[in-house]
Amino acid sequence: MKKLSLFAPALAVAALALPLSSAAAQNKVVNVFNWSDYIDESILEDFENETGIKVVYDVFDSNEVLETKLLAGGTGYDVVVPSGTFLSRQVQAGVFQKLDPEKLPNLSNMWGVVLDRTAKYDPGNAYSINYMWGTTGIGYNEGQILDRMADAPVDSWRMIFDPEVVSKFADCGIHVLDAPVELIPAALNYIGEDPDSQDPDVIRKAEAVLTAVRPHIQKFHSSEYINALANGDICMAVGWSGDVLQARDRADEADNGVTIKYVAPNEGALMWFDQMAIPSDAPNVEAAHTFLNYIMRPDVMAKASNYVYYANGNEASKEFLEEDVIDDPAIYPTPAALESLYTTTPYAPKVQRVVTRLWTKVKSGQ
Amino acid sequence: MPEPTEKTTPGAKIAYLAGGAASTGLIAGLHARLLLFPPYRLFVLALIRMGFSGRSLVIAVPYLWLLAFFLAPFLIVLKISLAEVVIAQPPYTPLFVFIEDGFIAIQASLDNYLFLMEDSLYWKSYLSSLRIAFISTGLTLLIGYPIAYGMIRAPKRWRFALLMMVILPFWTSFLIRVYAWIGILKKEGLLNLALMQLGIISEPLTILNTDIAVYIGIVYSYLPFMVLPLYANLEKMDLSLLEAAADLGCRPIKAFWVVTVPLSVPGIVAGCFLVFIPALGEFVIPDLLGGSQTLMIGKTLWSEFFNNRDWPLSSAVAVILLLVLVIPIVLFQRMQERSARAEA
Repeated sequence: MKKLSLFAPALAVAALALPLSSAAAQNKVVNVFNWSDYIDESILEDFENETGIKVVYDVFDSNEVLETKLLAGGTGYDVVVPSGTFLSRQVQAGVFQKLDPEKLPNLSNMWGVVLDRTAKYDPGNAYSINYMWGTTGIGYNEGQILDRMADAPVDSWRMIFDPEVVSKFADCGIHVLDAPVELIPAALNYIGEDPDSQDPDVIRKAEAVLTAVRPHIQKFHSSEYINALANGDICMAVGWSGDVLQARDRADEADNGVTIKYVAPNEGALMWFDQMAIPSDAPNVEAAHTFLNYIMRPDVMAKASNYVYYANGNEASKEFLEEDVIDDPAIYPTPAALESLYTTTPYAPKVQRVVTRLWTKVKSGQ
Repeated sequence: MPEPTEKTTPGAKIAYLAGGAASTGLIAGLHARLLLFPPYRLFVLALIRMGFSGRSLVIAVPYLWLLAFFLAPFLIVLKISLAEVVIAQPPYTPLFVFIEDGFIAIQASLDNYLFLMEDSLYWKSYLSSLRIAFISTGLTLLIGYPIAYGMIRAPKRWRFALLMMVILPFWTSFLIRVYAWIGILKKEGLLNLALMQLGIISEPLTILNTDIAVYIGIVYSYLPFMVLPLYANLEKMDLSLLEAAADLGCRPIKAFWVVTVPLSVPGIVAGCFLVFIPALGEFVIPDLLGGSQTLMIGKTLWSEFFNNRDWPLSSAVAVILLLVLVIPIVLFQRMQERSARAEA
């Protein structure tokens, strides 16, 4: 109590004498909520040294968890990083505030190809900037797969959706993302339907494809496959590009004789985007803009990609990218492959219910 | 607080185990010390003048606790379960809507509860959870009873060490212990390796990601909750009763069934409740160890809440889950009270 009473007058004097600097001092922090293992920590240190704004960095590991927090409100975060389909619904719910382009001069560095696609989730890219993007494809253990089938169609979705092919790999373990919004479009795309269909009757056609291969799938889970692939516990997984590449690197480091490969299959794969946005109740809007603008600097963005092995939406950053990132078609697909990638729009609540129900039915047989 | 006799209800038994005996003393001591503190003393005096006695105040504390941490959250969940989903923040319709001229409209519907009955998924999840919880409770009792019995028959100087062995796993995070089972049960895991080395099996068994793994996980995780109440109960048993039975020509096995088991019924009941109730709503164990075909209400609720973003429906699932738990407990309590009265 005594200490406080000594400090209080001092603070009051400081506030009277320096009203401007005290207002600035309040803005000297930015609360960032990003995916786990998704940034080179030195970027945050550099940002703090350069701008004097302290970064409070916190991580999550699923879009659903982030969304639940955002919908409940009052998160206290200034910058959050949802994926495109989630962002789109959250914008509708009024969770985010519009960005102020005047405070973001580095917007000019962004890549038109990505901007065109993210506009589907965020019309005019008014609420968000792209951080990273990637694909949903197939990761596999080369040795185990080729042992079982020397001519395995490794660059095709037949690997997972053709019962004859997939049954050959059932004994060495297959994991699939527990994410209907990823797998149903993939199944529809495989049978030649529109992967972005919103029609429940079309969506139901995916059920037959998935049910046919269900017996060969060991588990539906969205993160266990990284370790399982790296340890050689499973030989194939439908997963996110960067996660599979992480598994590849872990296996290389462990030097355990496991070689992991990633492909975005020829028939086309889902392209997804992680977008940075500012919640409407963010306490430090000014600092959040400074942070976003800093992230969009070409050298900073390149540093982030070089670290996490994901492609980014910043065209100017390409010259700073290391060769094993920019030249790896698993990270930056060739222009032809880029053409075959598709995007999806979020489902309306009624359609979402059909999708979730179908997914439960596929998984549990109920 | 007297030690619970054989006739006390399971609820009292649980309270006793939870340290009820210690806390009554603690609260009284805290109250006495706080009386030296003027604002508290004035508050208490005011309450007493309003007609509350010190005794009723002490009783009021646990009730206030229940009110604040059980009833209030429950009412909020109940409220959300009567709403509808909207894309907004928060994602459901409000219960009260202010309309013009100062009127307040109440928006509530039972649609969510009706929907739960329409789709077989939900009642199948409840039934499957009940089945898994029942079987695991039975298994836990079968394993826990001999452990508790062995502990009280062990020499006195070992008892403390044995008790510590039951409690010790709690010092590690529950999540990590469940994760460790993945390493034990997987195809190239410790269990399969050991069995193959011993020549018991030639092909590795698939245990992980099946219901069997869920049973193993639940039985393992909740075993201390069965052993501790049984131990507390059996420890008080008068061993001379067994001697008397032997003197009257009763074989040890029969003496166990006609003397020990009936006397330990309150311990069995308390242990079963402590295992059954959390097992029914279990989410972590089926998620980590279970396969995709493992249907449990905890997982169904999770997918309603996170995948469908349907807070109202998942609230309805939670309310029904609570009823599934509370109704049998209340009925059981009634039954116990009636039989206690009949005996008296």
